[in-house]
Amino acid sequence: MNFDALVQSVIDDTLSPGGSLAAFRPELTICATIVAMLVVKMAVPRWRNSAFFVALLGLFVAMYLALPRQWFVDVPQGIFTATLINDSFTIILRVLLLLFSTLFVMFTQVVGNSDGDEMTEFYTLILGALLGMCLMISANHILIVLLGMEMASVPCYVLAGMQRHRAKSSEAALKYAVFGAGTAGIMLYGMSLLVGVLGSAQLPAMTTQLLNMIQQGVSTQQATVLILGGLMLMVGVAFKLSAVPFHFWAPDVFEGATAEVAAFLSVASKAAALGLLVRLALGFSYPVNVGFPTELVPHIKPDDAVVALQPVQQFISAMIALMAAVTCTFGNLAAYGQNNMKRLLAYSTIAHAGYMMMPVAAAVALVGVDGNAPARDAIGALVVYIAIYLFMNLAAFAIVAVLRNVLGSEEIPDYAGLVRRSPGLTVCMAIVLFSLVGLPPLAGFSAKLAIFSALVQAKLWWLFLLAGLNTVLSLFYYLRVVRVMVLSPEPLYRDTAEVPLTSAVGLYCTVLTAPVVLLFFMFGPLLKWANEAAHSLFFR
Amino acid sequence: MPLFDSSNSQMLTWLLSLIIFLPSFGALVLCLAYRASDQSVRRFALLTTVAVLALTIWLAWPGTTPGHFTLGKPGMQNMVSHSWIPGFNIYYLLGVDGISMPLVLLTSFLSVLAMWASWPIVKHVRAYCILFLLLETGMLGVFLSLDFFLFYVFWEVMLLPMYFLIGVWGGPRREYAAIKFFLFTLVGSVLMLVAILMLYFSSDLRILSPSQLQASHVIVDQSDAARLISAGTQQHTFNILALSEMGQMSDSPFAKTMIWGQKLSLWAFLLLFIGFVIKLPSVPVHTWLPDAHVEAPTPISMILAGVLLKMGGYGVIRICYPICPDAGYSLAWLVCGLGTVSMVYGAFAALAQKDFKRLVAYSSVSHMGYVLLGIGAWSATAGLQYNSDYWSVGMNGAMFQMIAHGISSAGMFFLVGVIYDRVHHRNLDQFGGLFARMPTYGGISMVIFFAALGLPGLCGFIGEFFVVLGAWSYSKALAIIAASVVILTAGYILWTIQRVYLGPEYKGPHPEALVPMTRREIGIAAPLVAFAILFGVYPSVLFDYMKPSVQNTVNQMTTWTSDVKDAPAVTQEAK
Repeated sequence: MNFDALVQSVIDDTLSPGGSLAAFRPELTICATIVAMLVVKMAVPRWRNSAFFVALLGLFVAMYLALPRQWFVDVPQGIFTATLINDSFTIILRVLLLLFSTLFVMFTQVVGNSDGDEMTEFYTLILGALLGMCLMISANHILIVLLGMEMASVPCYVLAGMQRHRAKSSEAALKYAVFGAGTAGIMLYGMSLLVGVLGSAQLPAMTTQLLNMIQQGVSTQQATVLILGGLMLMVGVAFKLSAVPFHFWAPDVFEGATAEVAAFLSVASKAAALGLLVRLALGFSYPVNVGFPTELVPHIKPDDAVVALQPVQQFISAMIALMAAVTCTFGNLAAYGQNNMKRLLAYSTIAHAGYMMMPVAAAVALVGVDGNAPARDAIGALVVYIAIYLFMNLAAFAIVAVLRNVLGSEEIPDYAGLVRRSPGLTVCMAIVLFSLVGLPPLAGFSAKLAIFSALVQAKLWWLFLLAGLNTVLSLFYYLRVVRVMVLSPEPLYRDTAEVPLTSAVGLYCTVLTAPVVLLFFMFGPLLKWANEAAHSLFFR
Repeated sequence: MPLFDSSNSQMLTWLLSLIIFLPSFGALVLCLAYRASDQSVRRFALLTTVAVLALTIWLAWPGTTPGHFTLGKPGMQNMVSHSWIPGFNIYYLLGVDGISMPLVLLTSFLSVLAMWASWPIVKHVRAYCILFLLLETGMLGVFLSLDFFLFYVFWEVMLLPMYFLIGVWGGPRREYAAIKFFLFTLVGSVLMLVAILMLYFSSDLRILSPSQLQASHVIVDQSDAARLISAGTQQHTFNILALSEMGQMSDSPFAKTMIWGQKLSLWAFLLLFIGFVIKLPSVPVHTWLPDAHVEAPTPISMILAGVLLKMGGYGVIRICYPICPDAGYSLAWLVCGLGTVSMVYGAFAALAQKDFKRLVAYSSVSHMGYVLLGIGAWSATAGLQYNSDYWSVGMNGAMFQMIAHGISSAGMFFLVGVIYDRVHHRNLDQFGGLFARMPTYGGISMVIFFAALGLPGLCGFIGEFFVVLGAWSYSKALAIIAASVVILTAGYILWTIQRVYLGPEYKGPHPEALVPMTRREIGIAAPLVAFAILFGVYPSVLFDYMKPSVQNTVNQMTTWTSDVKDAPAVTQEAK
């Protein structure tokens, strides 16, 4: 193939209808929105809320473009020379991310006591990070993994330090940035090891090469390098997931950053990291032939590949399962001593990251079993969890932010007796927290049920039992918050604590809490939808 | 041919759903009624519970038309089935039989009394009533649901209202008691969830015959059965009846999977059993009960003792044994042993109490031990020539004991509440002479306390007698111990009566407050007294409902025993 032909084929692939650019329209819209926000800000400097409206409009358009036209593409489509992958998993996670961002932007506006002047920068950073996350969930190339993660992380460092005058905020940003840079360095090193041994940077090609190596026999040195590379790659992902032992930044950053930023970090960032984890974990254990140009990736029969890749699957599954178990247990135990609500939620986020890693471990362990149906269910469980977690955690942080505005405090003891003044908001908080525990009839239970099912199917009994006991552990600290709000007497002096549900913030919190209840009853449709996401991952 | 015509099915759906969700609906109305006065809120809540009672009586009324209870029919009746979450094969599956019907009636009956007994509660009345009604939904749902998922959901739904009811309206150590209750129950229910999922994923509807499928309401007509049986993949189910059918097959799928060297059915039985005995409660997981009872307000104690404890026993009868007969057979010693230990321990602990309410709480532990012994006395273990009739007697006794205890313990807690409302203490050493000051109260107390003692002619006797009778053929030692516990029971009850009601005069604080029972209080106590006497002299009124279904359960177990356990013995002899 000569150079001109190559260029021509790339141009065709990019510009043709149904080509790469068409599949990339939501991301392009986000880019355009960022530019538009800055331009509008300069053109109409007196319009204080311009950034909000432009961002909201941009997100709506992106959402419209991201919603699947027909009922899901079964065939995964490699775009931009197969560095990115466009399949139902990408589509659904992207819709969830955009939905979250939309709700989040509204949240900052409704609750916001941030400076109006800084809002443009704030939304620019949020949308920039969102762009990186969209890349993360559709990564099919090791460089995109790095690119996406850095694009998602760097704005977050800045977001954590947005409150320039608070020492804690600066501390948070510094810790976050240093920790992030360190783990990114390790990850990059791991990537270079993997790419060096496997001779390619595109995931399916790497897996194919891995397969060939296994079939020809792997030397000890090669195995060492591969395992080392895999572990180092995992370090980077674990940092984004705030998985133990790479979680140290989370409590400090959550405490230092505003509740709004913490909400963004705990939901969007986590969802994207999980998407990436799925891409990497399944990418190395189940090669899907998405390649361009095809010469690089000789066609392999999935069934043979699955059998040959078993050692890799076992390694990946064990690594993720172990990390999930430690993360979940540690998060739940460490949350006990917390008096600051944001720190508590930070540990809760860590614990939930552990829960959400479990189905990934199960899915990898289940690859190739029963025509991949149980593995698909496991990924479906993850998507269900992400969808429900989105509402639960955003609602929790929204209520924390609302209470910060009225009480001027984020310490749990200061919530004492709030049920007398703001019964509605307290009920919302109780619903959200009990849903985080996983009690029926709330959506958190459905999410847990889905995850536990995946573990049973993978016969990971020890992890299953541990996950169950963790639910009991987590009861204490969530319940403590409710206990303080409901059972403790009100302090003698409290100026204002009334947040009626009919006010704008109250209404917003109700709107976020409602799905936490409704999704329990509407679990069937949600599950069906989530299982679609998993479908294309196991395309054969 | 469809199993039932659609109009009947619709009527049943409405009837059973109304029974479960009418209290929730009432709670919703109360949520919106911002301006209502406390008294009208109370009246509305009472009215709601009365309406639910009326509906359950309608359902229990003997009759052969759908919506009424067909006496003598062993299996499930008045079943309702709607698909809810197809992805997990979860159904909205409801139904009653002779085991659940009396418990449903007991629940709605005690809810009315407990609501009426809530009049003295003045703190946050609206919130109290809302939580109370939500609790009632949970309780009725547990007894009516036949889908394991649904059962679990209702089981958990009771937790939160109960937590707040104890935590907000309880006594001085209410927060500790509430969290202890919550924690114990949650541990139990998480273990239960683990077991549920284990069973679900090893179940396979394809191995059942079309008639079994139809009997357990998995399918409506034969064409569905063919489609189901010829399905390519495993068809999991949460249907309790279908799971029971599978568990009782000689090559049960639950006995095939091994986990850590043991059969899955054994693990499932153990996990479920722990979950249920926590609720029952049995030694050594009973410690939440005295705290919860002592701190809970009177009406909530009534509900707790009268209904919530019964869920443990119900779970064991309805779920543990039918689904995992294998494990039940090999662990009969555990079940019976725990039952007997609870009886003895509870009775001794009751003897040692200084607090009136704590004494009643421990007596509950002791009395619920009978239930466990009666259920567990699997006479089949007595060799080849066993007679399952004894087990059936024991199980009937256990069922009867549950209802009788529901009446007597609710009564006792109410009576303790009556005196506590007047003198604000429960110290047994500071009472005395109440008979003279409050004659009506004294008379009512005698009947209720003697009913708990197990005096012949009152409701407590029948259950205990049958249980001991059933246990005799299983283990004479256990039966003798169980029979002698009656002496301990008599000890603490007579001693209590002596210390509280007899004696020359009342020497404790607030003697001026000892006014006779009000008409409301008599109105609450009278039905309890009436039923204590009625069930004592005419127990058939209950047995007519229970016996066919209990017998059916026992027969199934017996068939299973002869199929699975005796068969190898016979072949060995043949060799």
